[in-house]
Amino acid sequence: MSLLRLTGLLLLLALTGCGGEADSAVDRVTGLSAKPAYGDTFVDALTGNISGLIPNVLTDSASFEVGGLLYSGLVTRDKDLNIVGELAESWEFSRDCLNLTFRLRKNVRWHDGHPFTADDAVFTYEAMINPKTPTAYREDFRAVDSVEAVDPYTLHVRYKQPYAKALQSWATWVLPRHVLETYVKEGRLREAPQNRSNPVGTGPYRFSEWKPGEKVVLVANPDYFEGRPYLARIVYRIIPSQATIFLELKAKGVDSAGPAGLTALQFTRQADFPAFRKAYNKFQYADNVYTYLGFNLSDPRFADKRVRHAFAHAINKRELIEGVRLGLAREATGPYKPGTWAYNPNVRTYPYDMAKARELLAAAGWRERNAEGILVKDGQPFEFVLRTNQGNDERRKVAEIVQASLKDLGVKVDIQVIEWASFLKEYIKKKRFEAIILGWGVGLDPDQYEVWHSSKTGPDDLNRIGYANPEADAMLEKGRASCVEAERKKYYDRFQEILAEDQPIIFLFFRDALPVVASRIRGVVPAPSGIRYNFNEWYVPKQLQRYTAG
Amino acid sequence: MLGYALRRLILAIPLLIGITFISFFVIHLAPGEPTELQTGDTPVQSDKEVRERLRQVYGLDKPLHVQYWNWLNRLARLDFGRSFSPDARPVLQKIGERLPVTLLLNIVEMMVIVALAIPVGVLSATRQYSKFDKVTTIFVFVGFATPDFWLALMLMILFGVQLGWLPISGLRSPTWEYLSFWQQQWDFVAHLTLPILVATFGGLAGFSRYMRQSMLEVIRQDYIQSARAKGLPESVVIAKHALRNALLPIVTVLGLSLPGLIGGSVIVESIFAIPGMGQLMVQAVFERDYPVIMGNLVIVATLTLVANLIADLTYSLVDPRIRVAARRSRR
Repeated sequence: MSLLRLTGLLLLLALTGCGGEADSAVDRVTGLSAKPAYGDTFVDALTGNISGLIPNVLTDSASFEVGGLLYSGLVTRDKDLNIVGELAESWEFSRDCLNLTFRLRKNVRWHDGHPFTADDAVFTYEAMINPKTPTAYREDFRAVDSVEAVDPYTLHVRYKQPYAKALQSWATWVLPRHVLETYVKEGRLREAPQNRSNPVGTGPYRFSEWKPGEKVVLVANPDYFEGRPYLARIVYRIIPSQATIFLELKAKGVDSAGPAGLTALQFTRQADFPAFRKAYNKFQYADNVYTYLGFNLSDPRFADKRVRHAFAHAINKRELIEGVRLGLAREATGPYKPGTWAYNPNVRTYPYDMAKARELLAAAGWRERNAEGILVKDGQPFEFVLRTNQGNDERRKVAEIVQASLKDLGVKVDIQVIEWASFLKEYIKKKRFEAIILGWGVGLDPDQYEVWHSSKTGPDDLNRIGYANPEADAMLEKGRASCVEAERKKYYDRFQEILAEDQPIIFLFFRDALPVVASRIRGVVPAPSGIRYNFNEWYVPKQLQRYTAG
Repeated sequence: MLGYALRRLILAIPLLIGITFISFFVIHLAPGEPTELQTGDTPVQSDKEVRERLRQVYGLDKPLHVQYWNWLNRLARLDFGRSFSPDARPVLQKIGERLPVTLLLNIVEMMVIVALAIPVGVLSATRQYSKFDKVTTIFVFVGFATPDFWLALMLMILFGVQLGWLPISGLRSPTWEYLSFWQQQWDFVAHLTLPILVATFGGLAGFSRYMRQSMLEVIRQDYIQSARAKGLPESVVIAKHALRNALLPIVTVLGLSLPGLIGGSVIVESIFAIPGMGQLMVQAVFERDYPVIMGNLVIVATLTLVANLIADLTYSLVDPRIRVAARRSRR
C-alpha cells in the first residue's frame, strides 16, 4: 500500500512549501471563514475512467482517488506527512522492530452496518499475500511473518526481519472479510461484484453510482467514525480532455480540475484573469514525480562517467524548466524531493557550463569533429537516439531541449516518441535503448531499492538503466532494514552523494502540481502534503451552496 | 431474391471467420501484453508470479493458434469473454453500456445529415452556378477542411462559456438526480446538441456533394428531357423522376456507413467527454485488452457484411433496371 499511495494516489500530495499563489488562497479562505455547514455537491474531474472499486487489485490513480474516500487504512498521513492512526487508535513497535501491535478503534462500522474488527485487518493481509490475488503491492507484506487478531480490537504483526516500511504498509485499504472472503479464496477479487458496484468500506463516503466513462457518484457516510463529512455528495466526472476540463472550469461546470490540476500554461496565462481568480483558488506545490534523462549504462559511451558529467553540465535545468513548465517546477539533484526528511541538499551539483562540458568530453576521448561538426572517436560519430513515450507532451519538449543542448556540444541526438506498451516491451525491457526521457514517482518512504539496487536489473525489474554501485547497494540494504529514522537518514544521505557523483541518470526536475478548487468551498488549507489530506473538513457555507435537492 | 439473400448470408460466415482470424493475429503482433501494462511509471514491484498467473488466467501462455481456437470456440457459443482490464467485466456488458449513446448520436447525426444534404444537394444541382450553389459550395469546403476538435472547442467556448446556453461536455448535469422528468430529458438533449452539431457539420459536406453530383448527372439524361417534353411541371420532373434516380448512389453510401454507426468518433467523444464506443475501443487498444478489441471487431465486421447485403438488396428495390435484369438472366 505504501507504494500505491506513494505513487498513484499521492502524486498530488507534496512535501515542500507552497508558492505565493497558495498563500494568498489561505488568506482568502481564513479571512472569509463562514460557518461550516453540511450539504452541497463537489464536482471533480478525472481524466481517466476508474477501472474498479477495490483499489487493492487496481493500479490506476483515478481508482485510488475514489477508493481513498471509500476505504480506510489502519494508518494514514497527516498534513505534514507524519503517519497517524486511521482505523488504528495507536500502535507500538518492539525495540527490535520485529513486533508491531495495533490498537483499533471500537466504534467503526462497515458501510453495510457490520462492525469492523481486527479480523478484517487479518483478512486484508491474507488477501494481499494470497498468490492468486492479482495485486501489484504484495511486496509490502513480504517481510511479515504472522498477523493475528489478539482480540477484536488488537492486531499483532510479527516481522521476519526489520522492515522500514512496516508501519506505512498498513495504510493499505482494509477490506471486509464478511463480504469478500469467498472471492479472495477463489482468487477472483477482481471479478467480485463489489469491484463494480456497492463496495463495502469504512471510509467517509459511500458508493452511490458508477456510470463507466461518465461519472462516479459518492455520498457522505453519516456513520463515519470521525464524523460525517460536510460535503454531501462527490461527483467525479470523467473528462479525458484537459482542454475541456478547463472550459468546464470557466463555465463553472466543475469545481476542480482534478487531482492533476491545471497545465502550466493554463495556470500561468489562461487562468489569470479576474473572473477566474474570483471563482477559484489556485494552489501550487511540488509533485511527487521527477523527470530524468536516463542512459543505458551498458553502452560504452555512457558507461564513461565523464560523458555523463559533461551532459549534466551541458543541460541548463533552469532554462529547461522555464521552457517546458513555464517555471513551475523545482530542479532535481537526486531522487528525493526537496523538503522531505530524506532529502540531502549537500550533494555535488552540475551548474550549466559548456566549456567544462567540452573539456570533460575531450578527456573522455571525444576530440575530433567530422564534416557535420559532430564529435568523433575511433572513427565513430557521437550520435544516439533519445526515446520517450507518446502522450506526454512535456517529455517530448524536454527531449527537444536536450537535443538542442547536446547539439552545441557536438553530439547528434535523434528523438523517437513511441507508444507506451511498445516502448516498454521493445525497448526498455529488452534494454534496446541508448537514452530515454522518463519519470519516476517517489514514495513517502525513501526506500528506492527496486529502482537502484544492482540485483534489480532483470528485464522485468525497475533498474532499467543497469546501475550498479556496491556502496549504493549497501546503503539501500541498510536503509530498508532499519526502523529508526535518524539512522536511515545517514544511509540515504550517503546514497544521494553517491548518486550525485555517479550521475547514472541526469535528474532534471520535480514538476509542480497545480490544483484549483472552487472558491465557495472552504476549509482548504495547503500543507506539505498537498490539499486533499483534510477533504472531510471541506465545506460550503449554507448561503453559498449550489447543488441542492429541489 | 430470398434465395439470393440466403446464399449471401451463408457465404458471409467463412468471410467473418477469415476477418477475425486476420484481426486476431494482427492485434497480437503489437508489442506489449495486458499483464505488463499494470505498472506504469511507478516503482512498484513488478510481481513476476502475479504476471505469470494472470497470463495463465487470460490464456496468454498458450500458443497463439490455440488461443485463437479457444476464442473462436467461445464465440460460437456467443461468449465474448471477460475484459482483461482490472474490472474483469464481461465484454458484452462493457460494449452494451457504451453502445446506446454512440448509436443514438450516430443515428441522429445520420438523419440530420440526410435530411439536410438531400435538399441542399438537389437545390444546388438544379440551380447550378447560382448564388445558392456558390454559397453552399464554399460552406461545404469549409466543412470539409475544419478539424472537428477545433470546431468543437470553438462551439464550446461560444455556447458554453460566453453565452452559457448549452452545457459543455458530458451527458448529464451533476444535478441530474434533482431534476424533474422533463427537465432530465431537456438536460440530456442539451448535452447532445453540440456533439451532434459538430459531427453533422463534417458529414453534411460530403453527403450534399454526393447528392449534387448525382443529381447533376441525372438531369442531363434523356428521360428527364422527355419528362419535360411531356409538359410535366418542373417540380414533378425533379421530385419524381430525377430524385428517385439520383438517390441510388446515396443509398449505397448510406448502406456502407451503417457499420460506422456503432464506431464512435474518438475525437468528438474525448472532447465532449461522452462515454461511447470510440473511447472504449481506443482504451482497449492501449491496454491490449484483446477480448474487448475482438468483441468490438466481430460486431463491426458482422454489421459491415450485413450492411453490404442490405445495400445490394435495397439497390434492386430502388432501381427497377436491376430487378428486371436479374429476372431476365434467370429466365
